[in-house]
Amino acid sequence: MTTILEQYADIVGWEVIDQLYQLAAPLKGIKVVHVNSTRKGGGVAEILNKLVPLQKDLGIDVTWEVIKGNKDFFKCTKSIHNSLQGSNIELPQSMMDTYEKTNEKNAEKLKKKLNDADIVFIHDPQPAPLIKYFPERKGKWIWRCHIDVSKPQRTVWKYIKNFVKDYDASIFSLPAFAQPLPHPEYLIPPSIDPLSEKNMDLSREEIEQTVQSFGIDIERPIMLQVSRFDRFKDPVGVIQAFKLTKKFVPSIQLVLAGGEATDDPESNSVLEEVRLAANSNPDIHILLLPPDAHRTINALQRGADIIIQKSTKEGFGLTVTEALWKGKPVIGGDVGGIRIQVVNHHTGFLVKTPEGAALRARYLLFHRERLNEMGKKAKIFVKENFLLTRHLREYLTVMVSLKYGVKERIELG
Amino acid sequence: MKKNNVELSNKPFEIKDCALAALATGKSAQNLKELRDLLLDIDANSIYYHFWGGQLKPRFDDPEYHNDFASWTRHALHDGTLAERLSAIDPTDFQNLEDLRTEIVEIIEERLDENDHIPWCEPDEKFHFVTSQIVVFNTKKTIEDPRMLVKTIPNMTRSSIFYHFIDARRRTPENIDDFRAWLKGFDGQYNFLCDMISTIDPFFATLTELRKHLYNIVKNYFEGE
Repeated sequence: MTTILEQYADIVGWEVIDQLYQLAAPLKGIKVVHVNSTRKGGGVAEILNKLVPLQKDLGIDVTWEVIKGNKDFFKCTKSIHNSLQGSNIELPQSMMDTYEKTNEKNAEKLKKKLNDADIVFIHDPQPAPLIKYFPERKGKWIWRCHIDVSKPQRTVWKYIKNFVKDYDASIFSLPAFAQPLPHPEYLIPPSIDPLSEKNMDLSREEIEQTVQSFGIDIERPIMLQVSRFDRFKDPVGVIQAFKLTKKFVPSIQLVLAGGEATDDPESNSVLEEVRLAANSNPDIHILLLPPDAHRTINALQRGADIIIQKSTKEGFGLTVTEALWKGKPVIGGDVGGIRIQVVNHHTGFLVKTPEGAALRARYLLFHRERLNEMGKKAKIFVKENFLLTRHLREYLTVMVSLKYGVKERIELG
Repeated sequence: MKKNNVELSNKPFEIKDCALAALATGKSAQNLKELRDLLLDIDANSIYYHFWGGQLKPRFDDPEYHNDFASWTRHALHDGTLAERLSAIDPTDFQNLEDLRTEIVEIIEERLDENDHIPWCEPDEKFHFVTSQIVVFNTKKTIEDPRMLVKTIPNMTRSSIFYHFIDARRRTPENIDDFRAWLKGFDGQYNFLCDMISTIDPFFATLTELRKHLYNIVKNYFEGE
């Protein structure tokens, strides 16, 4: 039976895995605890489900704890989450009370474990207040912020900052997301897991079956955008780009794959606008997929010729990383984290308008050899920069850094 | 050119590896004057990061400009003239990072004097100063015979190449890479190989490409074309 690390070695090479062992060597024997608010669902749980066993494989004594809360607590943390990402939501005192009391209760349960830990990673805002209840903590506490807090609702950020400032360090995904704090702020971009259902290799047969099951013709060119129906993802702009492309490539089809309709009124109205713009065009496929349709999305991405992420505002844009990993050049909006993934003319094109997206789509469909060449580069680019093994290496580096003190250069024996 | 039966007198070459931790400084510039002001007192390590750290950041081959300052002035401020001037700076020409800082500031000030207005960028295109910390670890592998470089280089990680080929330039007395620094210890027997290695321009290649160039040079040297 192969270990998880051996499975990754098949993809990234043994030299990358050896490097992880070397970096983890000085961390042997230390106790590390990760704390978040859910075991399943969502990007953080997805990452921890892999990072924790991988850290164990490297000989680190690591555990993962999940805080518990009732419906009101999660309603409150959802509001905090949205307001930190820029929504203008006020937080009533009752909500703050629920938030803090729930954390206090969880702190009681986790007392021994977290007091004894050498390094504690607290993920996202939900468990952030825990630190307040550990005045006798002996280890280093790190707040890992996975969300885009570049323009937070100021009152809510001020409230959260009161907890976060007591941490020994924090980790943000991009420099633009970092907020002024009185401790070191590490930068670790997100990653994708090449072995997950969303990114693993699929057979040609499965790809064809999945694509055809939605009435999409695999023999004709496919343009795809995977994202929820949100104005910042500009799905209507994608339809415009598609129509402009179709004038020159009549056989092209468009697939807009997003989440199922929710009770979010904004999402429903955007979906309505999208349907209106699509105008029952039989070559425009609007797919509402369940949240766990990872394998389906994987197949759609692999079956597509061109992948678009025409966002007008974007945090990191993991759908871009996923597409590049599948060897597809991406036509992406010139915003946020898309800029560090789509290297113009190498892994895709950065565009500002539907016209720009159409121009690049026509170019790639006309120059198939360029499309393939860029796709190959895109895959290498993700392999070197955005896979889970790089993410793990950076967590290890942060741990070593905290163990030996934040200084310019640390020389290990 | 082939070289055999060389007397081994130098210390063994210790293969090390490194990991770079990037840290936000919380400082950002939205126009050229802000960039100049922040450069005056930003941590020198941040200047290092924006010149060399890019090698370990996501990037592709043929970077248009050689450092983040040049790239930002071109792409966010749309000032091609300044970008070209900043790009021409070779950090190895300077004794230390303070001298490098002075040079960058002087070039920016000259440009500010030439302009009637201060170029600025969109809020989401600000220049964010990042600094870094390097963690160096020993792979426990050593080479005694330079001929072993042929087998060793292809198996070195990208970050190991960064440590020995890029980071070395601020550690070695002559501001050169570790390979040349080591080969020079063989009483001039490898001067030609050193000259060949010195032709690799570290600015125009990714770490993967640097590894390939190095490999080709040592392979041709020891095993012939």
